[in-house]
Amino acid sequence: MLSIMNLHAGINGKDILRGIDLEVRAGEVHAIMGPNGSGKSTLAQLLAGRDGYQVTAGSVRYLEQDLLTMPAEERARAGIFLAFQYPVEIPGVSNALFLKTALNSIRKQQGLSELDAMDFLQLLRDKMKLLRMDELLLPRAVNEGFSGGEKKRNEVLQMAVLEPKLAILDETDSGLDIDALKIVADGVNGMRDPQRAIVLVTHYQRLLEFIVPDVVHVLSQGRIVRSGKADLARELEQRGYGWVEEQHPARKAA
Amino acid sequence: MNIQLESWEHMALEQIPQFLAGSGVPWVSQARQSAFERYKAHGLPTRREEEWKYTDVTQIGKRASLAPDSIPPDPPSEAALFSWALAQEHPHLMVFVNGYYSDGLSAIGEMPDGARLESLAELLDGTAELSSESLDASHEHTIFGALNTALATDGAVLHLAAGTVLQDPVYLLFIASGHGTAIYPRNLIVVGEGARATVIEHYFGMIDAHHFTDTLTQIKLAAGAELQHCKLLQEGNASFHVAGIHAEQAAHSRFGSQSFALGSRLARNDITSRLNGPECQCEFDGLYLLDGKQHVDHHTRIDHLAPSCTSREYYRGILDGESHGVFNGKVIVHPHAIKTDAHQSNRNLLLSREAEVDTKPQLEIFADDVRCTHGATVGQLDDDSLFYLRSRGIDADSAHSLLLYGFANDIIARVADPGMRTRIEHLVLDRLPQGEQIKELL
Ligand SMILES: Nc1ncnc2c1ncn2[C@@H]1O[C@H](COP(=O)(O)OP(=O)(O)O)[C@@H](O)[C@H]1O
Ligand SMILES: [Mg+2]
Repeated sequence: MLSIMNLHAGINGKDILRGIDLEVRAGEVHAIMGPNGSGKSTLAQLLAGRDGYQVTAGSVRYLEQDLLTMPAEERARAGIFLAFQYPVEIPGVSNALFLKTALNSIRKQQGLSELDAMDFLQLLRDKMKLLRMDELLLPRAVNEGFSGGEKKRNEVLQMAVLEPKLAILDETDSGLDIDALKIVADGVNGMRDPQRAIVLVTHYQRLLEFIVPDVVHVLSQGRIVRSGKADLARELEQRGYGWVEEQHPARKAA
Repeated sequence: MNIQLESWEHMALEQIPQFLAGSGVPWVSQARQSAFERYKAHGLPTRREEEWKYTDVTQIGKRASLAPDSIPPDPPSEAALFSWALAQEHPHLMVFVNGYYSDGLSAIGEMPDGARLESLAELLDGTAELSSESLDASHEHTIFGALNTALATDGAVLHLAAGTVLQDPVYLLFIASGHGTAIYPRNLIVVGEGARATVIEHYFGMIDAHHFTDTLTQIKLAAGAELQHCKLLQEGNASFHVAGIHAEQAAHSRFGSQSFALGSRLARNDITSRLNGPECQCEFDGLYLLDGKQHVDHHTRIDHLAPSCTSREYYRGILDGESHGVFNGKVIVHPHAIKTDAHQSNRNLLLSREAEVDTKPQLEIFADDVRCTHGATVGQLDDDSLFYLRSRGIDADSAHSLLLYGFANDIIARVADPGMRTRIEHLVLDRLPQGEQIKELL
């Protein structure tokens, strides 16, 4: 589904990603772990189509398309979703209007008709119930005045409503207490599907107790220095990121 | 714009026309005459005056006549339709065409006991008691105020006795029709002790008609009274518009003013309130949405004259093309006005390089133990917000419009009357690319 080859990219003249190779297939859950500043969010935002990055080498293919030439909205319509590490506040635009506009844009692309107001509301209510979100968040402006946990859950709600093919979650676990973490993990697990791939970007292993990944990658200084099974995350937790960095990986991880 | 230069000089006013209401009533004639002298002594303001530094009104005198129509014109057919539609929604509708009350288009409906809604001209001409306050010079904050006193043709007079509560808003529709006319509405709103009302002033003009409106609304709030006043300026893109909205507030009263400037070539709004008694609340909100060569100037002034009053100002502008916005917010905290709590904010989005904003907070504080804050910003749409929306599949144009709508909506949401709120929301969306789509989803 997603195939990243030797990706080098930076911003404002600063090299951040320095030769990323990553292969994600439908049905898989990948975790990308790494210390602060290793380039996790840069990779996630670049995949979602944020402007301003300079790609100096490499390629990214997504469902047989050259992803890097597509504008952000086309990527979203083609099924890519990024849950932001820092969700953005949109004053004056209600959460309901925002979600409706987004869903309709994506449905239109897929040749589906717009959902009518009642069906849409029912859909939202169902999804919010699963995430144990207060319906009062619907008429409120997107993320404005939301608590940290509400913002993260709101990201997962958007994912649940938009039903992407490739979901990238950037530190959706950070700032959540254990109860909220479980709710979010249930939400994500509920979306595991043979047709869908999920990439979890996280700093801590804690989330991976609840969402068990198929593959774990360790990102360090813009490179994937190690990849392995779920137990790699546990090993990292015990030994710390210093451990992989000391190992001086020669080149690309498998 | 083919009214010739000399046309205004030809029509330059040497004296007050005889046909104006109240010409047979001595105090009215006197009030008009002395106002006219003030105007003649001063003339139209120039940019050399501090208060008119950013707004050039000399072009008004060059392009439009300053003489009002002598007889009310026949209302244009669009106006009739529009009035009829409004009347279905608003039970207390007064329609004025070029500053003259139109009985045929209006539907005042049934007012509750203690509430009176009448035409100023009828009161001036009639035998009914109308105090000289109705043409009071103290409301002439600018020379246009004096011109209005001298030449006012008609307007609405709303009177609420103590304790009267008006459930439905009073809707005042001012239609500007024809070319080159000068229009002088004068409104008077008196809200008795503990009484409550909402008044909407809607200025509506044909798209390319050029005319000059000089309107003045004076407002008096007794102790504990509340008035929500919403003004919508939707005149044509060749019109000139000057307005004064001036309130006096007694203790514990609440006054809300909203000013939506969506259409006109050049507009100047002077909005003021004097907080004369303790614990008044005063909120001024405004939104200007400008394009082309539009110029809109808001000068606000709040005088804190008594202790423990609260004032809030939220003004926002979205400017495209070569438009020019001006915001000047004066707050004066007089001695004795201790425990004043005043906040003012003016935020502007510039959508083009040629658009321009002059924003100036003016806080003058002569009392201790007060809390006064202000903030002004001029900027562009935020890239992070745009990316967030686009990452959800929303195309760039729609994302822009959604953000602009949100920016405007924070002000629109302050309109108390739901019908009016929706009307303004739709007018704003009509101006935005893909706005139609957003409208459908609301
Ligand atoms: N806009 C930017 N300009 C310059 N440097 C940036 C910018 N964005 C991120 N960086 C730098 O790139 C590196 C990687 O950042 P990021 O991808 O956010 O890391 P992570 O998500 O792994 O913590 C950091 O050193 C960060 O300071
Ligand atoms: Mg990050």
